[in-house]
Amino acid sequence: MAELNHYLVLSGVLFTIGTAGVLLRRNVITVLLSLEVMLNAVNLSFIAFGRFLGSSDGQIIVFFVITVAAAEAAVGLALVIALFRHVETLNPDAFRQLRG
Amino acid sequence: MLSWIPLLPFIGFAINTFGARRLPAKAIGAIASLAMFAAFVVSVVAVGRLTAQPADSREIVQTLFTWIGSADFQVPLALRLDPLSALMILVVTGIGFLIHVYSTAYMIEEEPHEYARYFAYLNLFAGFMLLLVLGENFLVLFVGWEGVGLCSYLLIGFWYQKGVAADAGKKAFIVNRIGDVAFVLGVLLAFSQFGTVSFRELNGVIAGLPAESSFGVVSAIALLLFIGATGKSAQIPLYVWLPDAMEGPTPVSALIHAATMVTAGVYLIGRNAVVFAHAPEVLTIVAVIGTATALWAGAIGMVQNDIKRVLAYSTVSQLGYMFMAMGVGAFTAGIFHLFTHAFFKALLFLGSGAVIHALAGEQDLRHMGGLKKELPVTYWTFLIGAIAIAGVPGLAGFFSKDEILYRTFAGGHQLLWVVGAVTSLMTAFYMFRLVFLAFHGERRHAPVAQGFSPAYPVVHDSHHAHLHDAPMAMAIPLVVLAIGSVVAGYLNVPAGLGGSAVLERFLEPSLHVPAMEGAHAAADHADHALEIVLMVVSSAIAFAGIGLAAFLYLKRTDIPDALVAKFPGVYLFLVRKGYIDELYDAVVVQPIKALSEGVLWKADARVIDGAVNGTGQIVVETGSLVRRVQTGSVRTYAVSVLFGAVLVVGYFLWS
Repeated sequence: MAELNHYLVLSGVLFTIGTAGVLLRRNVITVLLSLEVMLNAVNLSFIAFGRFLGSSDGQIIVFFVITVAAAEAAVGLALVIALFRHVETLNPDAFRQLRG
Repeated sequence: MLSWIPLLPFIGFAINTFGARRLPAKAIGAIASLAMFAAFVVSVVAVGRLTAQPADSREIVQTLFTWIGSADFQVPLALRLDPLSALMILVVTGIGFLIHVYSTAYMIEEEPHEYARYFAYLNLFAGFMLLLVLGENFLVLFVGWEGVGLCSYLLIGFWYQKGVAADAGKKAFIVNRIGDVAFVLGVLLAFSQFGTVSFRELNGVIAGLPAESSFGVVSAIALLLFIGATGKSAQIPLYVWLPDAMEGPTPVSALIHAATMVTAGVYLIGRNAVVFAHAPEVLTIVAVIGTATALWAGAIGMVQNDIKRVLAYSTVSQLGYMFMAMGVGAFTAGIFHLFTHAFFKALLFLGSGAVIHALAGEQDLRHMGGLKKELPVTYWTFLIGAIAIAGVPGLAGFFSKDEILYRTFAGGHQLLWVVGAVTSLMTAFYMFRLVFLAFHGERRHAPVAQGFSPAYPVVHDSHHAHLHDAPMAMAIPLVVLAIGSVVAGYLNVPAGLGGSAVLERFLEPSLHVPAMEGAHAAADHADHALEIVLMVVSSAIAFAGIGLAAFLYLKRTDIPDALVAKFPGVYLFLVRKGYIDELYDAVVVQPIKALSEGVLWKADARVIDGAVNGTGQIVVETGSLVRRVQTGSVRTYAVSVLFGAVLVVGYFLWS
C-alpha cells in the first residue's frame, strides 16, 4: 500500500533530477524538457496531497499547471528557434549577449 | 438678479472666444455690445428696485453659494448692491457699453479673429469690473480686482507684436502686483484681527471702536489697503504703469484707464470709508499722496507731445484729486468726481481715438493742428470734454472738482487746497494746449522721412487724402458722453448754489461714517458764502488756464519755444517724466535683476541643479557597480533563482 510519503519522495527525486537537468545540461531543448520534469514533480505532489486529503483541489491546480506548461513549451520552443537562428547553437552558455 | 450683471459680459466673452473664427465681424461686435447693453438694462432695473427701498437701508444681497467653508472661515460668493455699488455698476455698464459701440468701428480694420479677441477681452474686463464693485466681501472683490489686472495686461498688450505694447502690458501687470501684495496683506490682517472679510461686518466692527489716535491695527489695515489702491488707481509711487498703458488700443484706454479700472482704488477706499475714517494718520497720507500725484502728473501733462500721453497724465492727476478728497474725509466728493470724470475722460479718450483714427495712427500733437474744420463732431465733443475737465462753471467737472476743493478748504487743509488749485490751473492749461494744438491753427505734417508713428498698425497714406470724421458708431458715443459731461454734475448741485445734493444723499448710507459726523456737520453748516467765494476763485483759475493756453498756443506761438530754450533743464525734466522710470529702473529693477542673476547662477545653478544632478550621478555610479551582476549567462540566472527559492522556502520552514 502506497503512502503519502512515497509519493512525496518520488516527487522530490523527480524535482531534483529536473533541477539538475536545468542547471547542468548543455542543450536548451533538454533544459526545457528538464523544466517539464520539475513541473510534473510538483503536479505529482499536488495530486498526492489531494488524494490523501480527500479533496479535488489538487487536481484542479494540476489542470492549470498543465495549461501553463503547454503555453510555456510553445513560447520556450519558439524562443529556442529564434535564438538558434541568431547564434546557430543550442548551448545556453553561448547566449551571453545580455551581459551587463 | 444681481448675478446676471457680471454674468452677461462673461457670456459675451465665452461666445466671442469660442466663435472667434466662425463668426462674422458684425456679429462679434454686436454680441459684445449687446452683452454690455443687457447688463446695463439689468443694472438699471436693479438700481430701480434699490431706490424703491427706504432710503437708510437700501441694499440687495444675493448669496449664490458658500465659496470657502472651513470651520469659522465661511466666505459666501455673494453680491451686494448698495448706493455706492449702484453708482459704479451704472458707470461701468453704461460707459462700457458706449465704448463697446465705439470699438466696433475703431477696431474694424483688425483681422476678424483679432477683432473677436479684442471684444472677448473687453467683455471679460467689464465682467470682472462688475464683480469687483458688486462683491459683498474682500475675496469676491479680489477676484474682480485681479481679473481687471489680467485684462488690462491683455488689452494693453493687445498689439503684442509691437515690443513696446508687450512691455507696457507687463509693466502694468507687475506694478499692479506690487500693490496687490499689500492689498492681500491688508485683507489677511483684517481677517486675523476682526475675523471677517465681509465689508459690512468689518466696517460695523470698526465703527464701534474709537478712532485711532496713534498708528494701530486699523491704521495698518487702512495703509495696506491704500497701497493696494495706489497700484490700481495709479498714484505715487505706483503710477508709472498708466502712462505706458496708452500703447493699447485707444478705446481700451478710455474703458480701463479712465472710466473703470483705475477707479477701483477710489472705490475700495469709499467701500471701507469707516476703516479709513478710523485711521486719521493714514487719511492724511492718502490726502498728501493724492495731492502730490495730482500736482506731479499735471506738471508732466503740460509738456507731453503724445495726445494720449497728455490724457494719461491727466487721468493720473484727476485720480489724485479723488484721493485727495478721500483723504480729507470727503468721500462723497471723491466718488462724485469719479462719476463725472468717467464721462469726460472717456469722452476725451474716445475723441483722441477719433483723431488718431482720422490721421491713420498719428499721435504726436506737433504733427496735428487745424483739425477743427475737418473733424467737426470730434472737435465739438472734445471741446465739451475739455471744458468739463477744466472746471468751467456749468459742466460736470466744475461741480465735482469744486466740491473737492471746497471740502478740502473747509476741512482745514488750506495747503492742500492751494496745491489743488494750482493743479486745477494746470489741468485747464494742458487740456486747452491739447485742444489748440490739435484742432486749431494750421495743419503741421510729420516730416516725410520720419513716416507714421508705429503705434497704429494700419498704415495707409492719408496725408493728402481727405480726412474723415468719426463714423456713426464712433460719433454717437461721443455725443452721448458729451451730453453726460454736461449734465452729470447736476446730480449733485451743492447746497451753496441752491441745489439739494441728490447724489450725496443717495450715497450717504454707503459712505456714512459715524466717527466723522461732527466734521461733516461742520462742513455742511459752513457758510455758503465761503463755498461761493471758492467757486469763483476756482472758476477764475480755470479761465486763467484756458486763457494762458490760448495766449501761448494761438497768439504767441513763439513763446513756448522761447520758454523751452530758456529753461531747457526744467523742460527736459518734465518731458522725460521726471526720470522716474529711469530712477525706478536704477533703484528697483536693476538691483532685483542683479539679485536674480546671483540667485540664478549661485543658488539655482549650483545648489538646486547640483542636488538634482547629484542624485542622477549617484544612480549612475551605483548602476555601473552592480551591472557586473548581470552576467548574461542563463545558467547563472537559473542558479540564482534556485538559490532565492531555497532561501524563501527555508525562511518559511525554519522561522
